[in-house]
Amino acid sequence: MTPITNIFTLIEQLENWVERQRKGSFAVYGLIFTLLVVASVLTLFLYVSFAGYPRLDREFFTGYASRVPEQAGILPAFLGTLWVLFLVAVISFPLGVAAGIHLEKYVQNDRLSRFLEVNIMNLAGIPSVVYGLLGLQFFVRSMGLGESILAASLTLSLMVLPLVIISTREALRMVPQMHIEAAYAMGASKWQTIWLQALPQALPGIVSGTLLAVSRAIGEAAPLLVIGALAFVPFAPISIFDYFTVLPVQIFFWLSKPQNSFLVNASAAILVLLSITLFLNLLAVGIRERWHKRLKS
Amino acid sequence: MVKIESRNLNFWYGDNQVLNGISLEIEKNTVTALIGPSGCGKSTYLRLFNRMNELIPESRHRGEVLIDGKNIYQADLDVYELRKKVGMVFQKPNPFPKSIYENVAFGLKIKGVSHQGFIKEKVERSLQQVSLWEEVKDKLSKPAMALSVGQQQRLCIARALAVEPSILLMDEPTSSLDPLSTAKLEELMKQLKSEITIILVTHNMQQAKRTSDKTAFMFKGNIIEYGKTASFFSNPSNQSTQTYLSGQ
Repeated sequence: MTPITNIFTLIEQLENWVERQRKGSFAVYGLIFTLLVVASVLTLFLYVSFAGYPRLDREFFTGYASRVPEQAGILPAFLGTLWVLFLVAVISFPLGVAAGIHLEKYVQNDRLSRFLEVNIMNLAGIPSVVYGLLGLQFFVRSMGLGESILAASLTLSLMVLPLVIISTREALRMVPQMHIEAAYAMGASKWQTIWLQALPQALPGIVSGTLLAVSRAIGEAAPLLVIGALAFVPFAPISIFDYFTVLPVQIFFWLSKPQNSFLVNASAAILVLLSITLFLNLLAVGIRERWHKRLKS
Repeated sequence: MVKIESRNLNFWYGDNQVLNGISLEIEKNTVTALIGPSGCGKSTYLRLFNRMNELIPESRHRGEVLIDGKNIYQADLDVYELRKKVGMVFQKPNPFPKSIYENVAFGLKIKGVSHQGFIKEKVERSLQQVSLWEEVKDKLSKPAMALSVGQQQRLCIARALAVEPSILLMDEPTSSLDPLSTAKLEELMKQLKSEITIILVTHNMQQAKRTSDKTAFMFKGNIIEYGKTASFFSNPSNQSTQTYLSGQ
């Protein structure tokens, strides 16, 4: 080996070494920050668990609002959350999917499509309390729905809608072009191609996106406080026109009380809320995993 | 009898003209091979016969395509009906991510056929036509994606045949297949031409020789030479055809 090639291999080795160090330290930083996030979430969770777990008994789930912390329960808030969860999904899913299909497959004008896309992205980033103000004026007052479960669900649906639209468009884009072509080549109309090929393939992606969006929405207290969720609901909501409260609102009110026992209640309610969102998230992840596996095969 | 005719057919992607006034007559119940270097416009030309070119934005054509003497680009023609009459097989097998049965039944489903017995019969017959029936009859409800690539391509042909097209457009159908599957497919083409007119785009000269009745050589958006396959290969009259065939 000549001295020159020797130097070159040396330089190359040196470069490789620097590269490895760089990658290595990046991985270390990444790990540290990941652990930091996990640790803080875990701390919060443990703290809430220790405080709230003992309170999770049958009376807590079947109890109504009360001035006595030990007798107060979450039945109205729990049912309210389930109502809202159900209604938001039922309202935002068909609307969002329809809008997503329209934007992705039917809007021909590129500039219009980009304009709408940017605006929908923006909508997804608007603070939730602003949606609350809109809901208060439009649903509660103008449409005369009052401070009802329906008004709350419509407001949260508005909030969820952009996310459903975005995940619909993304899922549709992931459907392989060759399947779309195959359907057209068989003589399928545009609608048949979307309905029979594109949509079924995109559906798992859309559903998991919707679940994630909905699970975020049911954790919201701010917009519902604005439209008039009650602190004290002494009955279980049985119709969509009933007054309501939901878990985040209940938690908020309990946290604002001076008695320590209400903090225990709040912690217990947080555990319940966390379980619901965790369940929805796991469901979404599960659906997505299966979908990806199917797309690959 | 002339089945397909293109008259002075031009095609543009944006400002880029890729077909320059092609005129060609294709006889009924024959296999016609389109050969030529990559980018010469073979696939584009092929897609004008079932109007798949219309899916590409900012493209346009001028000229006529006549099938059974009728211009398929005239305004009142139902393009979805046209595509049921003019089937297409793609370069890469593209079965739907559904069951084998559903794949073959798809064409009937979109036609609005609801008689299950009829669909079942048709699925079986189509799979027999492509000699796939024996291999898959016990697993019709299994996903089509689980089949081998060669089987998938035959399934795609069965899918196209199920709606009884009179023309089949094949765009390099064997380019992703192994030699054995390729041989099966070529055999299939010979059988099918008793009922169907086939246009085959291929890069494989031997395949064109083996399967086609007539061959057309395309170069830079023009048809340079068109004639009976036997004489086309043994005695090409045009200089650039000779050059291409000799691989220079």
